Amino acid sequence: MHWTTIIYCGILTYLTRFSMIFFLKKDILNEKTKKVLSYVPSAIFPAIIFPPIFLDATGSIDIDSNPKILAAIIAIIIGYFSRSIIATILVGLASYWFLIFVYYQ
Amino acid sequence: MNNRFKTLSKGIIDVSPLMIPVVPFGIIYGVIGMEVGLSAYMTFGMSIIIFGGASQIVLLQLFSGGASSLVAITSVTAVNSRHLLYGAVFSEYLSHLKLRWKIILSYVLIDQAFAVSNIYFKKNLNNKYKHYHLLGAGFTCWIIWQISTILGIVLGSVVPEELGLSFTISLTFLALLINDFRKFKNVIVMLASGIIATIGYNAIPFQAYIIVATLSALLVATIITLIDRKKK
Repeated sequence: MHWTTIIYCGILTYLTRFSMIFFLKKDILNEKTKKVLSYVPSAIFPAIIFPPIFLDATGSIDIDSNPKILAAIIAIIIGYFSRSIIATILVGLASYWFLIFVYYQ
Repeated sequence: MNNRFKTLSKGIIDVSPLMIPVVPFGIIYGVIGMEVGLSAYMTFGMSIIIFGGASQIVLLQLFSGGASSLVAITSVTAVNSRHLLYGAVFSEYLSHLKLRWKIILSYVLIDQAFAVSNIYFKKNLNNKYKHYHLLGAGFTCWIIWQISTILGIVLGSVVPEELGLSFTISLTFLALLINDFRKFKNVIVMLASGIIATIGYNAIPFQAYIIVATLSALLVATIITLIDRKKK
């Protein structure tokens, strides 16, 4: 990792925040574009979530007795019902620790 | 109490509950930064220069996977492209401000600040100083994020690797989606993205799987939106 990479990332991130405030005088994005942009988190986050869960260290798909899949499912259930970010993370991590340190030992 | 100070305080108070999950998120970020072998200065520098938790963690993940700078920069920009939406929504409320205000407020226009100030702006259209709300909310997030990054960096050198804390990356992003689990269309977009990324992880060169999966999933979202239109 180089500082230049970080600085470029910083500049581009800043521009994603600044550009619309600066250039748009009034609300010119149409409803359809806004609707599609509202899907951005749903489109990006699973691409970050899935591979580390389903792939093992060598990069092949691992679905038998994979503690991460089970822990993620538990976290999804907790998230669905509690709608609490912190509860989702903590219960997911606790389940994972239980699985790797107790259940699979 | 003058109106500016009142609005600023309101921003700080409104955003405070949302800081509860930000603290562990920042700590996780700092710990993982140390775990993937980044220097403390770089880990902290990213929090100052980029100031976007999700994208910073993606950058760490790509760095540990050996991605090129170009892929790293493109992925971070893709993750942060949602801010375009925030700016577009806020341009309505902030377009009358002086340039220096726009420059300062843009730096702190992050998810949590957007969420609370958007509610405030809608209800207080006539407050001449309503932008102070975003200033208060945004800089509260900023301070909390920097402090929790430092905490994570300190803890990162003592937390053992066996704890598998890198799994918290997946958990954190999963937690950010909880409000969309109930929306069937979002779930379709999520599955498209996740499946393409998992398959593409090996098949797509240069660790570009995040970008490819995101763009494909956005295409699915566009199709869903277009079909929805026709029905109405």
